[in-house]
Amino acid sequence: MTQLQARGLVKSYGPTPALRGVTLDVAEGEIVAVTGPSGCGKSTLLHCLAGILRPDAGEVSWHGHRIDTWSEAARSRLRRTEFGVLFQFGQLVAELTAAENVALPLLLAGTGRRAARTAALTWLDRFGVAQLADVRPGEMSGGQQQRCATARALVTEPRVLFADEPTGALDTLTGEQVLTQLVRLAREQRTTVVLITHEPRIAAYADREIVLRDGVIDHTGLGLDAAPLAGGPR
Amino acid sequence: MSTPHVLLGLLASGTKHGYELKRAHDERLPQARPLAYGQVYATLGRLLRDGLVTPAGQERLAGPDRTAYALTEEGRTALDRWLGTVEPPMPHVNSTLFAKVVVALLAADVDRARAYLIAQRRAHTDRLRELTALKTAPSATIDDVVAADYAIAHLDADLRWLHTTLDRVADWHREVHP
Repeated sequence: MTQLQARGLVKSYGPTPALRGVTLDVAEGEIVAVTGPSGCGKSTLLHCLAGILRPDAGEVSWHGHRIDTWSEAARSRLRRTEFGVLFQFGQLVAELTAAENVALPLLLAGTGRRAARTAALTWLDRFGVAQLADVRPGEMSGGQQQRCATARALVTEPRVLFADEPTGALDTLTGEQVLTQLVRLAREQRTTVVLITHEPRIAAYADREIVLRDGVIDHTGLGLDAAPLAGGPR
Repeated sequence: MSTPHVLLGLLASGTKHGYELKRAHDERLPQARPLAYGQVYATLGRLLRDGLVTPAGQERLAGPDRTAYALTEEGRTALDRWLGTVEPPMPHVNSTLFAKVVVALLAADVDRARAYLIAQRRAHTDRLRELTALKTAPSATIDDVVAADYAIAHLDADLRWLHTTLDRVADWHREVHP
């Protein structure tokens, strides 16, 4: 069943077009990789789908309801309750411990302090960093921070996880460990994942792959890393 | 791959008969081509002849007698030597993938080479996804993961090469057919 839908999305930054008419359906529980060269519009698409950015034209729907026309407050509420967002650099709050960081989305959603901490510890444990519960981000390695950030993105058990190059800053092994665990948990909980990456081996974790090129979807089915179709003589 | 040395390695932990060796091989090297029984017994014959293994008793279960084999001192030395020898890193570039692109350019044209590269890339991508699913399955053993990692790294390297070569093909063609 279609959960998330984009119709003819257009978005520009000043005179620079980022999306030039993107149409996309994402089914519930599906893991979709969005790939394409730098500057193709991948991150902009993710921001529009997650309700962080409003498209200039086109529609974004969540279970058949248009959300791009909603107020910022309504979209923000949707993000807090139904969506999880994960970026390349975990963006943990530096002043808070790992457990406090992970508990934060639950506290914002109104969960009690004790229940939020218990859930945070459970999720830290799922990513193998329970021992870091009372450690602040500044004292952790990049891989440890990203595990905590992933736990934080999933602690609310979102219906959709938006992940923008989630392992881009990690070494190969750490990146794979984080991603393997993320995909495993997403499949167990039937969480939909929209995964942005430019690496074939990361895109291979998804059920399906969308290649973006110059702000539109490339339907040639050319493959993961989007080589130019008509390169011509150079 | 050196099957004799792999069999010596499998015997390092204790005696095994041919059937057990075949099973252990397929289990420990899950993505390798499975060993045929004939190959196991032929290899054991050569190892026996060279004094690297020795018979270590007979076992009779439901079927015929089975001879168990043990590593000899010479066998262990040969295994140690093999494990201590660095493999020459890609002494010859003789991949079929590479040869096919060159031949497509020589015998056909740029479009043919590109069509091949695109089709090959799709096949690589499918296999990459298959292996990723295999290694991330909850039932995956460490052997599965290590084998899949090896294949994934090579497919990934091939994919990067296919991508770059797609870009280079036009230049190459002009050089070969001026």
